[in-house]
Formats: sequence, structure tokens, C-alpha cells
Amino acid sequence: MSETIKVNGSDHLMPADARVSLLDFLRHYVGLTGTKKGCDHGQCGACTVLVDGVRINSCLTLAAMHGQQEVTTIEGLGTPDAPSDLQKAFLEHDGFQCGYCTPGQICSATALLDEIRAEWPSDASDDLNAPSLSDEEIRERMSGNLCRCGAYANILAAIRQVAETGA
Amino acid sequence: MRPFDYIRPTDAADAAERISGAGVKAIAGGTNLLDLMKLQVETPKVLVDVGRLDMASIAEDGAGLRIGALVTNTNTANHARVRADYAVLARTILAGATQQLRNKATTGGNLCQRTRCTYFTNTDQPCNKRKPGSGCGAIGGVARLHAILGASDQCIATYPGDMAVAMAALDAKVHLTGGATGERTVPVRDFHNLPGQTPWQENVLETGEIITAVTLPPPVRARQIYRKVRERSSYAFALVSVAAIIAKEGGKIARADLAFGGLAHKPWHDPRLSELLVGETPSPALFEKVADTLLDSADARGGSDFKIPLARRTLIAVLTEATEDQL
Ligand SMILES: Cc1cc2nc3c(=O)[nH]c(=O)nc-3n(C[C@H](O)[C@H](O)[C@H](O)COP(=O)(O)OP(=O)(O)OC[C@H]3O[C@@H](n4cnc5c(N)ncnc54)[C@H](O)[C@@H]3O)c2cc1C
Ligand code: SF4
Ligand code: FES
Ligand code: FES
Repeated sequence: MSETIKVNGSDHLMPADARVSLLDFLRHYVGLTGTKKGCDHGQCGACTVLVDGVRINSCLTLAAMHGQQEVTTIEGLGTPDAPSDLQKAFLEHDGFQCGYCTPGQICSATALLDEIRAEWPSDASDDLNAPSLSDEEIRERMSGNLCRCGAYANILAAIRQVAETGA
Repeated sequence: MRPFDYIRPTDAADAAERISGAGVKAIAGGTNLLDLMKLQVETPKVLVDVGRLDMASIAEDGAGLRIGALVTNTNTANHARVRADYAVLARTILAGATQQLRNKATTGGNLCQRTRCTYFTNTDQPCNKRKPGSGCGAIGGVARLHAILGASDQCIATYPGDMAVAMAALDAKVHLTGGATGERTVPVRDFHNLPGQTPWQENVLETGEIITAVTLPPPVRARQIYRKVRERSSYAFALVSVAAIIAKEGGKIARADLAFGGLAHKPWHDPRLSELLVGETPSPALFEKVADTLLDSADARGGSDFKIPLARRTLIAVLTEATEDQL
């Protein structure tokens, strides 16, 4: 009996080859190429997706490890016609240049907003029990997403806007 | 990546039984093992995915805490009791890697993560740890991240992790099952080995033995600090790090538990340091003496000599911070 993985709401059959990373599964088996491969070694964040709502690097995990779990990719967060608040904010603030890191940035930022709401601490939290929304906090929490184009200032502005206004 | 069989065991005993052959490895979060498999530094024939076993909870353990081997780094750092009573542990975890990686990384996998020596991860280079007898590329090579304490003529690699440094300062215990002696408990301070003549034996795990949990002793009322010095302010391994648990009473140091990252093949704990500090009034001269003692056998090869003054300054800064605002 073959296992399945739910991706953006629909079930997909697990690949037969156990070596397939979750990233390659999404891109080559499911055909969702929004999720990007930057380094394939957990060092850049371009491959960030949500698994059961939690952000992870899809390059450093096997598809086989995620049977019956639910993966959300950039395609699952919104569409060109109905973008998510963060997707809109990235457009408004020019939160990218080449766009290669952007799907990972937006998946990461989507999880970040939930994490701040749930009061998860970060290395930048002065008080472990009361994380704030300072720029330093957002930067630290986004440090797993590199941007070779250096769009950091605008990425920060986009995230800050959604964090503060909810849109 | 070389082909392998992927299996999910039913429980810890089943996992240990399946791991009892050569070429069989446990996989938990996969963030270290898969990285090394892509580089063909690790080439297991079978992966035993322990990730869904029932070892993912944190529970009271008397006045202490028991953290299951599969609890993610995120869940440990977020846990209310860890934040309140073991802040140094939360701090070490938060200072490591990124949110994405910490969401996946587990207690057991973090303890067993392998060195970041670039000769180890490059299969074109000699490395006694990866290929016994092939030599050590780092000795005489580019060795900025390497050990200044406890190294050998075979290997000068460091243990790269942060979490275990707090666990060493806290004197936490690692719980193991599946070895020749059945269940056993090993202090975190004794879990990792120095390289000696067998740098590939990085810790005390026997074939088939797996980590089930780490237990923390009852908390102490003390100042808890983790200072990690690295080449960029986030998402980088430690050059030098210090975990400190320090209490004062009547102007004198009542308790001083210290452990260090980035200095050796294991989280470094030197019992002489507490002996020097406890019962004394904090002073710059005392801290200098403690640093002299920590570093009395320090030996840097080439590029890592900067770590000797860096370790001294970081230790003194942490001792100063930990004692200046306590009565
Ligand atoms: C880009 C990057 C940056 C990083 N930065 C840091 C950092 O700054 N600080 C830091 O501390 N770490 C850092 N890490 C390392 C990260 O913390 C580890 O990869 C992670 O903790 C490993 O946990 P895992 O569960 O994914 O282990 P796995 O990859 O699943 O396993 C690692 C090893 O542990 C063994 N193992 C796993 N579970 C058990 C068990 N229960 N019993 C026995 N053996 C077991 C496996 O067989 C394997 O050999 C970084 C990693 C990356 C990729
Ligand atoms: S320091 Fe150790 S890990 Fe690095 S090349 Fe030498 S033997 Fe290998
Ligand atoms: S592709 Fe996964 S972190 Fe770079
Ligand atoms: S927009 Fe080009 S890498 Fe970030």
C-alpha cells in the first residue's frame, strides 16, 4: 500500500525512490515549481515550505518522512487573482528583485507571523517570555532566508506592514 | 545520494534492533544526516526513521525535566518551564541555526550532529574521521574553526552544536537504550569523546544504541547566560561560546557552572573552574586566573590561534556580566 502526501489540499502518491527530497518531490513529481532550490543544504531558505503549518527547509528532508502530512507551498498561500496579505505586501513594497528567494521568504514570513502571535521567543528577544515586534526581531527570525539581491529592507517593510495592520 | 532502504520502526526497541548492523543509521529530523548523505560523507544502506516514535514529549521528572529525544529544538526552547527555569538551554537553542532548522532538529540528532570541519565534508580531502588512516587535512591546512583544547595528532575538529553546551553546564543526563547493557544513563559531559586515536568514535553510543531522552536536574536560582561569538550575528556556528550558570550569596560566588562551545571535540567542561570561583569575591584578577586555568593546555594549529584570546575575553565578559548585577 502506497502512502500519500497532501500538497495544498490534494493528495499525491509518495515516490518509489526513498532518496527523493521533499523539495524535489514538490518540483518534479507534483509539478509545483514555486518552491526553489538555492543550495540544497539548508543554508539559504529558498526551499522553505510549511508542513502541518510549521516552516521547514524542504531540501533537508525526504518526501518519505512526510506520509499523511500536509504541505503548503507558495502556490497554496494565494494566487495571482487572490494573493495573500504577505504576497500583496511584497508587491507593494518591492520585496524582491530577481524573485528567486521570494517564495521561501513569503512562506517563512507567513509562519513568522503565527510564531510571533504564539509568542515563540527568538535569539533577539530580550525577555524570553515577551518577544517584541522590533526590526531586530523580524530580521533574526528571517535570518534563515538569504536574498542574493539584497532586498532585505523592503522584505522587512512588507512583513512589518502585515504584522502591524494585518493586511 | 546513494540508494538506501527506508524503514519505520514500531517502537524504540524495534528501532534499536534494526540499527544493530553496519551501514544502518537512525534518522530523526534529517537536517544533518541528509546534508552529509548528499555529500556522500555518510552512505548508509538503510535508514531507520525514528521520527514518529513516542519520544517527542517534555515531562516533569521530579523537580527536573525530561526532554524526549524527538522533541524539536523549537519545542524545547518554547517550553514554559525551559524558558523560566533553564533559560540558558533556551538561549543556546535560539542561538543556533534558523527557525526552519530548529523546527526540524531534534534533541537526539542535535547531540549527535557531526563536525563542520570542511576537510571532513569534502570527500576529496584526507580525513581520519571520515576515512581512518587517510590523514588529517586540517592539521597544517585552513583550520579556523578548529579545536584549541583536547585535540590529538589525528584530529583537531570541534563539536559544532550549541544546545549541548547548555546541557553540559546544567549537568544534564542522556538516556540510552538498545546497547549491550540495556538502558543506561550518561552525563552529557561524558557523552562526547575527545578525538584521541579514534576520531570517528565521536560519542559513547554503541551500535544499535539510541538516545531516548535527556533529563535536566532540578533548577537552581542563578544567573544563566549564553554568549556565542560568531562571524555573523545569526545563522552561523560558534567560534567560541560560553554557557554560564552563576549564583552569588553575600557578595561571594555560591555556584559557578561553566561549559564552552567551539573549543574542542566536545562541549568543554573543566571542573577546576568552579573550584576556583566558588566561595570567592568576584574580581578581575580572579577572572583572569580562571581564564588562565581554562587555557593552560590550549594549543592552536595555524588559523585557530585567535580563539585563545577570544575564549579568554568571552569568558571574562560573561563572568563579569553574571556577577556585577547580583547581590
Ligand atoms: C545551515 C545549518 C546551520 C546550522 N547551524 C547550527 C548552529 O548554529 N548551531 C547548532 O547547534 N546546530 C546548527 N545546525 C545543526 C542542526 O542543529 C542539526 O542538523 C540538528 O540539530 C540535527 O538534528 P536532526 O534531528 O535533524 O538530526 P538527524 O540529521 O536526523 O541525525 C543526526 C545524527 O544523529 C543520529 N540520531 C538522530 N536521532 C538519534 C537518536 N534518537 N539516537 C541516536 N542517534 C540519533 C543520526 O543517526 C545521525 O547520525 C545547523 C545546520 C544547518 C544545516
Ligand atoms: S580535523 Fe578531524 S574531521 Fe577535520 S580533517 Fe582532520 S581528522 Fe578530519
Ligand atoms: S535549498 Fe533548501 S535551504 Fe537552500
Ligand atoms: S530577490 Fe533575488 S535573491 Fe532575493
